[in-house]
Amino acid sequence: MDNIINLTVLDREGKEHSLEAPTDMSMNLMEVCKSYELPVEGTCGGMALCASCHVYVQSEHELNEATEDEEDMLDQAFFVEDNSRLGCQIKMRESLEGLKVELAPQSE
Amino acid sequence: MIKTDILIIGAGPCGLFTVFEAGLLKLKCHLVDVLPSPGGQLTEIYPKKPIYDIPGYPSVLAGELVDNLMEQIAPFKPGFTLGERAETIEKVDEKTYRLTTHRGTQIEAPVIAIAGGLGCFEPRKPPIEGLDQFEDKGVDYMVKDPEKFRDKKLLIAGGGDSALDWTIELAEIAKEITLIHRRTSFRGALDSIEKVVNLADSKKVNLITEAQAIGVKGNGVLKEVVIKQKERGEFAMEIDNFIPLFGLTPKLGPIADWGLNITKNAIDVNTLDYSTNVPGIYAIGDINNYEGKLKLILCGFHEATMMVQSAFKYIYPDQKLSFKYTTVSGVNGFEG
Repeated sequence: MDNIINLTVLDREGKEHSLEAPTDMSMNLMEVCKSYELPVEGTCGGMALCASCHVYVQSEHELNEATEDEEDMLDQAFFVEDNSRLGCQIKMRESLEGLKVELAPQSE
Repeated sequence: MIKTDILIIGAGPCGLFTVFEAGLLKLKCHLVDVLPSPGGQLTEIYPKKPIYDIPGYPSVLAGELVDNLMEQIAPFKPGFTLGERAETIEKVDEKTYRLTTHRGTQIEAPVIAIAGGLGCFEPRKPPIEGLDQFEDKGVDYMVKDPEKFRDKKLLIAGGGDSALDWTIELAEIAKEITLIHRRTSFRGALDSIEKVVNLADSKKVNLITEAQAIGVKGNGVLKEVVIKQKERGEFAMEIDNFIPLFGLTPKLGPIADWGLNITKNAIDVNTLDYSTNVPGIYAIGDINNYEGKLKLILCGFHEATMMVQSAFKYIYPDQKLSFKYTTVSGVNGFEG
């Protein structure tokens, strides 16, 4: 389908969820997860000011580089790995078809 | 003992605007906030971020909005108890609540408006297994008295201003000090970063980057922290005190124990007047929950306005309330 990509999100219990995300609504991964009622808080509303949408990117997709704000926030997060990202900073676009991420443990 | 009409818990935008709307009904307000300055999230988290959805402001910085709100409510002379966390409430008589803060300040009012946003900001605690058993026994989430750390072997974790600043200050008095950080670069003031790098070069600070603390060991008191570093792998470090400095995170805190109906960390309210299940206690702004709730400053302002009308009727059930427009009377007629 046009302007729709398929994503896979692994929740904290290890269950896989298949998600469809529009690419023409300037949505980010945090918002997509929330719309599917996955346990992603998104406390700060997507400003990279909390780490409640912390995910591990499992697929090999080329992502936009993390901004300094995002890195700063990851500094205050826990269980941070090399493939850690904030979901709110991953914008839905066509090249992310097939993206697979895992929700990082909740730490607060 | 402080006495007021509406005791507002939380001095964020919603709590501040409540003072204005209450003032128009000649109700006095007193605000309590755990943070040292008013503004809540706007001051603490994003003072320099522009907000675009405040009516009449195409764009306004969060910090500016707080300054403007403070100016707007100044005529109504609200009281402030800042830097203190609202801890307990008790009913003194049928129409009086008494709130006590964690510092022991007491405030009495017939109405309590909880405008607590996301809750109280508390230090973010690393999810290291067993860490809690060493709190105050070698683990500190903030530095209250630097002297406590004189001649100690310290480990500080974090990469922001507080981690850098305390590393610089405590390097003077500690026996040994190590700073660990997830990355090789630091955020924080450039001046502080340079100082820490210089201290590391002169061996006054042991700097370990690309590392995280992953475990703690001890026997009643903390003895070792296990560190995982990218190249060196896992190793233990003997220390006296571990100070993780990872910023602040909001928690609902003591409000959770006040007998209010709570769903998913938010207080259930009646959308007629934003009252809770407890008479005389209201909840407005990000901390409340109802069907269709939107966490917007705009909506918080509306909730505050509706809430004070109901609060007036609750306090003065026999008085008639006449609604006045500020365009007719200005705010001066409402003061005093």
